[in-house]
Amino acid sequence: MPECRLRINRYDPAADGELTWGRRTDRWDEFTVPYEGTMTLLEALFYVQEHLDGSLAFRYCCRASICGSCAVYIDGRYRLACQTNVTRFEGKTISVAPMPHLPLVKDLVCDMTSFFAKYEYIKPWLIRESGDPEKEIPQSPEERKKLDMPIDCILCGACYSSCPSVWYQDDYLGPAALLKAYRFEVDSRDEARKERLPRFDNERGVYRCHTIANCSEACPKELNPTEGIQWLKRATVRRRIFGRWK
Amino acid sequence: MSVFRHQLLVVGGGLAGLRAAVEAKLAGIDVAVLSQVHPGRSHSGAAQGGINAALANNPEGRDDTPEKHAFDTVKGSDYLADQPETLQMCKDAPGVIYTMDHWGCPFSRYDDGRIAQRPFGGAGFPRTCYGADKTGHYLLHTLVEHCYKLGITLYVEFFVTQLIVEEGRCVGVVAYDMTGAAGDGEDAGFHSFLGEATIMATGGAGRIYSNTTNAIISTGGGAGLAYHAGVPLEDMEFIQFHPTGLLTSNILMTEGCRGEGGYLLNDLGERFMERYAPKAMELAPRDITARAIWTEILEGRGIGGKEYVYLDMRHLGEERIAERLPGIRDLAIHFEGVDPVSEPVPIVPCQHYTMGGIDTDVDGQTVLPGLYAAGECACVSVHGANRLGGNSLLETIVFGRRTGVRAVENMGGEAEAAVERAAASGVGEKAAADMATYVRGLVRNGDDGGSEDPYAIRDEMTRLMREHFFIFRDQEMMQEGLDRLLALKERAKRVHLKYAGGPFNLDMIRTVELAKMVDLAVAAAAGALVRTESRGSHARTDYPDRNDADWLKHTIAHHVHEDLMPRLDYRAVELGLFEPQERKY
Repeated sequence: MPECRLRINRYDPAADGELTWGRRTDRWDEFTVPYEGTMTLLEALFYVQEHLDGSLAFRYCCRASICGSCAVYIDGRYRLACQTNVTRFEGKTISVAPMPHLPLVKDLVCDMTSFFAKYEYIKPWLIRESGDPEKEIPQSPEERKKLDMPIDCILCGACYSSCPSVWYQDDYLGPAALLKAYRFEVDSRDEARKERLPRFDNERGVYRCHTIANCSEACPKELNPTEGIQWLKRATVRRRIFGRWK
Repeated sequence: MSVFRHQLLVVGGGLAGLRAAVEAKLAGIDVAVLSQVHPGRSHSGAAQGGINAALANNPEGRDDTPEKHAFDTVKGSDYLADQPETLQMCKDAPGVIYTMDHWGCPFSRYDDGRIAQRPFGGAGFPRTCYGADKTGHYLLHTLVEHCYKLGITLYVEFFVTQLIVEEGRCVGVVAYDMTGAAGDGEDAGFHSFLGEATIMATGGAGRIYSNTTNAIISTGGGAGLAYHAGVPLEDMEFIQFHPTGLLTSNILMTEGCRGEGGYLLNDLGERFMERYAPKAMELAPRDITARAIWTEILEGRGIGGKEYVYLDMRHLGEERIAERLPGIRDLAIHFEGVDPVSEPVPIVPCQHYTMGGIDTDVDGQTVLPGLYAAGECACVSVHGANRLGGNSLLETIVFGRRTGVRAVENMGGEAEAAVERAAASGVGEKAAADMATYVRGLVRNGDDGGSEDPYAIRDEMTRLMREHFFIFRDQEMMQEGLDRLLALKERAKRVHLKYAGGPFNLDMIRTVELAKMVDLAVAAAAGALVRTESRGSHARTDYPDRNDADWLKHTIAHHVHEDLMPRLDYRAVELGLFEPQERKY
């Protein structure tokens, strides 16, 4: 039976104490996991948790790359554990670590509090001024097509973890929240004027993005937050020059 | 350990739970949602194909009406659905979908700007509204966003382990705070929540099977809690097997693949559905299609004689697949290594949906005052013996909304007084302490030897459900399965937990959820064994026909604490609109 070897970065607050923000322990545990045919990294983590070390902590839910729970840092790359096949590593030891630059809860579980606080801050919901019609708000296929990219965000946090501007300015909203702002600003049904734009038209917002594009490289759904943020920058400039909100 | 108080507690952050929470919040109620995962990660988000409503937007669906939608649903249910409730759902459908649009849901569109609709299995008209092939994801995120807009209190990563029942009324829940539990304190991370109403919205129990499309958290937890608290479960023997799960991972390939024109092919390259449903072909209801696939496999016409057939979408072309089924293409490539644009996709029927659940009325009320249920964990029943594709997303927002309304109506008065008494007498503190004691007891199970490994029991249970309660069933097979389940239930009392408390204690969560999974499996098995007919998803080779004279009734399973087996009784199906007739497609 083939085997894969995992090297997992561990953290237990009871044993390791509090860590400085974003720091990691140097504690790595190695496990050997047998499999038949094929196995995802998430399945390998479950094998470890069930048979080798019940204390291992990681997030999971859909195992089909749509819930955004299991983003981890594998051999220096952001991946969804459920979408990563262990056979691709061809017998080499696979290093598995929590996403960098985020506070930790335990082992591979990061604290996502600041991530969701910034998401909420950006007002990620449809803002309407006119009343809603009895039926649907009409939207053409061309208008709808503009939403294709940003609505596929699964809020896994990989982009946020990868962004150097977030690392050095912890009040920067980061790529995920700004992509969400973009998602609503480009929606033909959204009528926000002053409500949302002032929240990203500043140093905490779009101007902190230096188009490093780590976010677009990190995204396991192959989305492009950088592109969305540049669109928002242009929108803020249009507002300043022409006074137009949209 | 803390005792939190809110007027309304919603357990589960998927579509049904969030829709209920929104409705209550809009009525000015203080509502809190407790969810094992961030609500945006709930299993509702994995739904792909769409949501049914007679909007009559499709050019070929101009004559569609809620009544026709109700007829298709009842016929699809093999006449086990309660007809007035089903009609109510179909009448509510257009309104709740327009509301989701107003809140921002990005449905796909027609050129005239209206919501697009595609054909789905068992439907007389194309009435399935969709957002590409990620409809659940879009609906879920829309409701999550709306919860943030309204400022609904979210307890994220709180795992509910117990209902608090006092004086014959549900007054709250006990939950484990997954990220906040520091160390191995006395409380082991458990807290109590008191509320005038508690809504269960925890989803299905797909994980009692080894071969399921469901998320790993779909263990039926809420249904198990209600069942233990004395609330009966309805029609648990009706388990839906989806025709098209990916061979290796069992991840769902939406019915929309066939709605968009995909074929099912056997080893001979035949579109074999013409032998089983000559008119509907690949768009027959799921029970019929799953049986057809399994029959082909049993008769040796699986691909290479193996246990799978092909879902062929090559003729749709790259452009159409990119527009309508982009997520399907990604899943097939990532999880099966097959690109549907150039290769047929190997698929196999998999457990997909729990038709049964907590017995509720059309407004989510259970027999236990203060306790409500909505979504897949509930059974109204609108799906009967077989759910139509596109009706589960609909069920979540229709009955989530209705349940929110009813829970609010019943607040105040005795409901409020009961919570006051519970708070004054320290019921919450005691319930959380009891839960901590129970969990520490699981740790001590290892002390005297003879303890059981919870993962071995889980593994054996899920495999036996797949072997003994799958697409085709008979007396001998089911009796053996039930006997083995009851032995597992005995063993499950002695499961050993390695340690209690601490943050993100997966060992504790997965051990605690096992006992409820076994009980749900036993309820499904017991109901199936007794029902001597074939109806919808429950197909018996020893009783191949539907028997309306004896079995046009719902199974109601009651948990009996001292017994291994549930007590079963029955309730007549509510008819009145459509006379039962033979199903032909």
